[in-house]
Amino acid sequence: MTTATAKSIELDTINEFRARATAEGLLDVAYTTADSPFGPLLLARTERGLVRVGLPNQDADELLADLAARVSPRVLEAPKELDEVRRELDLYFEGKLDRFDLPLDWRLSGGFRQRVLRAINRIPYGQTRSYTEMARKAGNERAVRAAGTACGSNPIPLVVPCHRVLRTGGALGGYGGGLPMKEALLELEGVLDGKSGS
Amino acid sequence: MTALPPFQTVLDEHSAAVMAILQGAVGRDGAEDCFQETFLAALRAYPKLGDAGNLRGWLLTIAHRKAIDHHRARGRAPVPVAEVREVAVEDGIPEHDPGLWAAVGALPPKQRAAVALRYGGDLPHGEIAAALGCSPEAARRSLHEGLKRLRKELG
Repeated sequence: MTTATAKSIELDTINEFRARATAEGLLDVAYTTADSPFGPLLLARTERGLVRVGLPNQDADELLADLAARVSPRVLEAPKELDEVRRELDLYFEGKLDRFDLPLDWRLSGGFRQRVLRAINRIPYGQTRSYTEMARKAGNERAVRAAGTACGSNPIPLVVPCHRVLRTGGALGGYGGGLPMKEALLELEGVLDGKSGS
Repeated sequence: MTALPPFQTVLDEHSAAVMAILQGAVGRDGAEDCFQETFLAALRAYPKLGDAGNLRGWLLTIAHRKAIDHHRARGRAPVPVAEVREVAVEDGIPEHDPGLWAAVGALPPKQRAAVALRYGGDLPHGEIAAALGCSPEAARRSLHEGLKRLRKELG
């Protein structure tokens, strides 16, 4: 009746603020956190689409500060705005979704990096490609190291499947979320069974 | 120059202070509306703010203006006693003395704002001046006059 009431009033107040900000088009970056088998993910979107996925080993506060600096400081927690992203990721982790159907906002990557990431985005579920192939698809076959860097800086991991890019010869290479996560994702997609090293 | 933090951080860190001074300035019912208007205005202007040096003072300045707008729209200055008394009871915040806040609500606008900012918002004199858009000296004087009047009225 006393403290609990006061707190719930404040929550309603915040919810109303969020709703009015959204209705007025003031919500430049909406974010939420979502559970995953690997730990909490940070999900952020703009009016264009999904702009950032933060993996469990990344510092969410740092990622939000980066979004504030590079996209817009109008960053607000707004879970509803990410319902569809969360729904598709849940299905993906359950092995029930092999293709994300989400609008993407590519603005955090420019030039060659963005071309690499767009090429990665076309690698089908359950298949892998080499960094060299990605460099070639992005228009510069010799820029293999730069292609690797583009993978490493992927702002939208999981949905843009940089985990499907391996070294020529099949070695795992690197992963922003840690190699065990990359392995687990490839197992989930049925890639690693009897295929490692080939 | 300090980079602007995500607006969610601003909301998390300052919403309680803004609500507290608004409740002191316009009463509970008005505070809800003024709170929405304050943070919407802040969010609209936020990208152009440029510097995050004194976000609290900036927000409380906006809150103060919204409180004045509220009083103008109502065409009356002081908040009726009954309304304020109800706030304290419903919120159940023991340290809030309804008689005291009623008396604060009855102060002239500048004095009321200075007292609310100092004791509701816990602001130092310099920031009160910034929020009220006056000199530190004038802010100090408003606070002093307000407190003097409160002491007299409450014995």
